[in-house]
Amino acid sequence: MNRISAQLRPDLAVIAAHVAAGAKVLDIGCGDGTLMAALRDERGCDARGLELDPHNVAQCVEQGLSAIQGDADTDLAFYPDDSFDYAILSQTLQTTKRPDLVLEELLRIGRRAFVSFPNFAHWRVRYDLLTRGRMPVTRLLPVAWYETPNIHHLTIADFRDFLSQRAIRTEGAWFLAGDATIAPALANWRAEHAVFLLSR
Amino acid sequence: MASLFTPCSDSLTLADPLPLDGGQSLEGVQIAYETYGTLSPARDNAILICHATTGDQHVASPHPITGKPGWWDRMVGAGKPIDTDRFFVICPNVLGSCMGTTGPGSRAPDGQPYGLRFPVITIRDMVRAHMALLDRLGVERLYGVVGGSMGGMQALSLSANWPDRVERVLALATTAAMPVQNIAFQETGRQAIMADPDWRQGAYYNSGRAPDAGLAVARMAAHITYLSEETLSEKFGRRLQDRDAKSFGFGADYQVESYLRHQGASFTGRFDANSYLYITKAMSYFDLAEERGVGAHHGGAARLAEAFAGVKARFCVVSFDTDWLYPTSESRKIAHALNAAGAQVSFMELAAPFGHDSFLLDVPALDRVIAGFLSR
Repeated sequence: MNRISAQLRPDLAVIAAHVAAGAKVLDIGCGDGTLMAALRDERGCDARGLELDPHNVAQCVEQGLSAIQGDADTDLAFYPDDSFDYAILSQTLQTTKRPDLVLEELLRIGRRAFVSFPNFAHWRVRYDLLTRGRMPVTRLLPVAWYETPNIHHLTIADFRDFLSQRAIRTEGAWFLAGDATIAPALANWRAEHAVFLLSR
Repeated sequence: MASLFTPCSDSLTLADPLPLDGGQSLEGVQIAYETYGTLSPARDNAILICHATTGDQHVASPHPITGKPGWWDRMVGAGKPIDTDRFFVICPNVLGSCMGTTGPGSRAPDGQPYGLRFPVITIRDMVRAHMALLDRLGVERLYGVVGGSMGGMQALSLSANWPDRVERVLALATTAAMPVQNIAFQETGRQAIMADPDWRQGAYYNSGRAPDAGLAVARMAAHITYLSEETLSEKFGRRLQDRDAKSFGFGADYQVESYLRHQGASFTGRFDANSYLYITKAMSYFDLAEERGVGAHHGGAARLAEAFAGVKARFCVVSFDTDWLYPTSESRKIAHALNAAGAQVSFMELAAPFGHDSFLLDVPALDRVIAGFLSR
């Protein structure tokens, strides 16, 4: 990995490293366009973004990137079937109103989908809840219950159950703790973050 | 007299007749335009700026009648977001207007002003005239086209009808099909003009009078639609004009009344009433999908996506949260349709207090978006 992708958030670095060169990519919740820029500049991808915050969209435009201000819960319906090689949803699933519908849209629009999310079953979260009896505030879930954008907390085990119920194929899974990739053993205890590559 | 007002811009006359969507064609079309900056030897740095309804070619140079700075002086110039040190900026007066380009106030081949003999034109006709101008200037392919409001309609029409001639499209506070509410406002304005006895069925040019009262009312009504409740409240509120109590008469008691009267009256000094009729009619007719021959059997979103099929440019679509004339929903439709057509498109709604006029006023976020979008 070279300069730009070396500075990416760890889950984005995993995604950037596994997107095929030259692919057409939709980054849902693209933020200020960091991942899109890395994919464009290092892997020759045609990257497009969807982002809620207009300031972030403006930052994308300033980098010559194409991003649309919109909401994953409502605006994915406007994208045609199979219009992207990959649809990427990083750290956004747990903020949507209907994660199940958003995931269906992802796999309708993209032939494959990367999904990353914070794992609510990480041991520190479990420990906090067990010992303090309060909603955990951790490094990756840093906001108090009343103001967190995360309205659908999930665990790696929850996500795997969901995938098997919906017959969604897992083509790859990566687990992160302390910003480094870890082995998959006991991931639901040990991983702070998970990245899945899915297909229909 | 080639036009109601004497132009002080560059001007050229088209050698060939200009075909029009209405089926007629216009002979000897004259186009007044301003340019800024220098065309590069490769001819690849030209930006076309399309003006709004009552705008003109003086985008960054003083208006010859009012003496005011260019209407987008803050955006266009050396070191400004549309940087004339880098770009060759072309701003033509639109077909049908009255600032030097052929319009209803121009002389017909019989030597008399056209008046209502001038053919009804469309947004695409305006763009066709722009294309003829670019041919004459030796600009085969534009680096970009930029426009707000009616200028945005021209930019969209250009991108869909002449896809090989533009690389970037910046469409601000605009629509791909005139919303019915706006058609209604525009009809009100036209009726105000036509109700003025001095209008004389459009044949007022040799009468020594003009339908100024009607044109002023049209302008007053339109001007309200360009502002926001927020702007009006802050600027005027319910404050009285030069008096301590209501007059119990029909004078301009309130500041906002006085302001609108002034706006209406000063407008008549710089604009031709017939041009106002023709230009607003062109906007009312505007429907990009119809221009592209897409049948009404397609649903709304799919219909517009088909209209954009084959576009090659990269797009940036911007709306403003207080613009109720061309609301964000219109821009979002454009963005979704372009997206469905596979085009590269960015879209954002910027926060600004000034209503529809926001694209012309001090909105620093817009400056950054325009500079950024045009930078690469």
